[in-house]
Amino acid sequence: MNAMVEIQLIAAVTAAACAIPGVFLVLRKMALISDAISHSILPGIVIGFFITHDLASPWLIIFAAFSGIITVILVEMIQKTGLVKEDTAIGLVFPALFSIGVILIAKNANDVHLDVDAVLLGDLAFAPFDRLLIDGADYGPKGLWMISVILVITLLLLFAFYKELKISTFDIGLSSALGFSPVIMHYGLMSVASVTTVAAFDAVGAILVVALMIAPAATAYLLTTDLRKMLVLSVIIGVGSAIGGYWLARWLDASISGSITTVLGLLFLMIYLFAPSKGLIAVLLRQNRQRKEVSLLTFLLHLNNHDSIEERRVTHLQEHINWRKVRANSVLKLAKKNNMVTIENQVVSLTQKGLTFTEKALDYIITNEDEQIEDMKDDFFLFRG
Amino acid sequence: MELTDFFTDYTLRTITLGTAVLGAICGMLGSFAVLRKQSLLGDAISHAALPGIAIAFLITGAKDSNVLLLGALVSGLIGVFWIKGIVSKTHLKTDTALGLILSLFFGFGMLLLTFIQKQPNANQAGLDKYLFGQAATLVESDVTLMIIVTAISLVVILLFWKEFKLLLFDKNYAMTLGFNTKFIDGLISFFIVLAIVIGLQTVGVVLMSAMLLAPAAAARQWTNSLGVMVILAAIFGAFSGVFGTAISATQSNLSTGPVIVLVAAVFVVISFVFSPERGILFKQIRLIKNRRDLELQKTLYFMYDIVRKHDDISRPHAIKILNNFQGFTKGTLGKLVEKDWITIAGDSWSMTGEGFHTAANLYNTNIPES
Repeated sequence: MNAMVEIQLIAAVTAAACAIPGVFLVLRKMALISDAISHSILPGIVIGFFITHDLASPWLIIFAAFSGIITVILVEMIQKTGLVKEDTAIGLVFPALFSIGVILIAKNANDVHLDVDAVLLGDLAFAPFDRLLIDGADYGPKGLWMISVILVITLLLLFAFYKELKISTFDIGLSSALGFSPVIMHYGLMSVASVTTVAAFDAVGAILVVALMIAPAATAYLLTTDLRKMLVLSVIIGVGSAIGGYWLARWLDASISGSITTVLGLLFLMIYLFAPSKGLIAVLLRQNRQRKEVSLLTFLLHLNNHDSIEERRVTHLQEHINWRKVRANSVLKLAKKNNMVTIENQVVSLTQKGLTFTEKALDYIITNEDEQIEDMKDDFFLFRG
Repeated sequence: MELTDFFTDYTLRTITLGTAVLGAICGMLGSFAVLRKQSLLGDAISHAALPGIAIAFLITGAKDSNVLLLGALVSGLIGVFWIKGIVSKTHLKTDTALGLILSLFFGFGMLLLTFIQKQPNANQAGLDKYLFGQAATLVESDVTLMIIVTAISLVVILLFWKEFKLLLFDKNYAMTLGFNTKFIDGLISFFIVLAIVIGLQTVGVVLMSAMLLAPAAAARQWTNSLGVMVILAAIFGAFSGVFGTAISATQSNLSTGPVIVLVAAVFVVISFVFSPERGILFKQIRLIKNRRDLELQKTLYFMYDIVRKHDDISRPHAIKILNNFQGFTKGTLGKLVEKDWITIAGDSWSMTGEGFHTAANLYNTNIPES
């Protein structure tokens, strides 16, 4: 394998390993915990380094993961005192721990290869140089092995506890009633997130881990409501952006992790704008349609209420309901299109269909079952909004 | 470095003044962020400002900090509005939106920074000071800018005090009163972004959120009044800046940003533990005291149960009969005597009229401390 392929492999595996816990963090509204963990593992790494004096030692991972879990516990402790809100607790803990890490590095590690930039930003380009050598034989880059092991463990845990994770994510009450401890699930997930963060930070750096965790999951969330599909989609998005990002970085001659994040960002922007049903454009269109439909309903009910020809003149209607001309026209057009009204000599009158529709709607309104009107629209409207 | 240098050294004086002013404005505006449960917005904005700095540099090619900060302001504001858009238009939650904007903008910023570093013109060095901040690079014009911004935001806060307060605590009410809540909301957000952008050069992208949060979170513990909280937060922030600068100046190799953050964290810890109303220490003390009072009342009621079976309230009973009762100790007996609820003579006790009255009404009314 040459270095190019190896870098892409590491990036892709890292993205996949991050995407899986990321999905659950996003669903559990704990996305920012990943941010906190990724910062506060710094003192763990530094202390681990002081003890082992070896940047590649697996102890570093254990120390770092441990300080990640301490972060979670600290945040929860502060939260429990009720003195500040949860988000404030997160915001207080991680900068403090991160500062301790930065100061420790500045004071003690001047002469070694441990600088803050590397920790924060990582460097994928150098990952293939650190080889795993057993008895002199070359088994590929160390980083690839490490993150692959973590991916396999994450996958095993996911398959083993899929049901439990699903229930405790969507219905804590039910899960504890069924005897799955939400606390164990919570800390299990946090541990996986911590370990993954630590392993990934080597490759992509502390802050960009957050992107790999949250962005694929958030993007997938806009596309589906099925947990399985969301998991698969976010892995695909993560891996795709990792490889796409690599080529972007080559082209621009810039940081690989930065490019991966940029690709993730562009992808999210696209989905955010164009996702069917949940994207910004779809939402705006739907809101617009609903607004029009409510206007139409108001208009039809108004007609139903007023029998006299005087009250049903187009000009009078414009004054009476107090709509601007454009809106009044579009509502009128929609009503005609749906065969609800007829216009003769500038007088609007309900058709038979319009009459049935309004009578039924009135019934629902009187009996306080307004939500039924939504279904009725499907039955009556040929053309919507 | 000697302590006296602190007052004579021109550079150090500038830096100290700068960090103090920065701490004050961050504390002031941070109070609003904390109370609006937008604590982590600051974190997201400070990261989101990075691409703005890079783009401003790419366009102008100059390292004038005012131009770069303008870029940071614009991209910070884009970040804020995108976060608001995500939360209001999709079903992604606030935390996801914050994390997304934070990491995506920052990653994009890193891409641009590394791209700039590869460019042939050598002017780019020093842009990465915005990552971790370098208070040492503060010059007089920077401090002047900080003071101007602080003054403007102070004026705005005073002008819109009533509106801010109303929006903070009861947004719906503010809306019904006819205030333009969107405008006021945008105004607060704008000034929070402004404070963050100003601090980037000193504290850096990563630690900026703590500058905003910590003084406010500490101040919150001492008061329930918004006005006092804002002033206290400003004072805490300013002191964090001054102490942090002083500590880092006395040691070599100590960057100012992290030290300031740690000093602010110390303020927070002290406030959490020692604040008389909400602090953990006094809360614990109150808890123990309440538990003791309850124990005392339990003993009294047990005695009352014995006494009321007899016609004569003050008839003596043997202390022995209390032995099976758990809430009873020698100490509680002494306390009961102190309160004039019982009297003790030799091996027996008898209840006073007052004790009987108290016990009879123990579970009916809330008897004030006697």
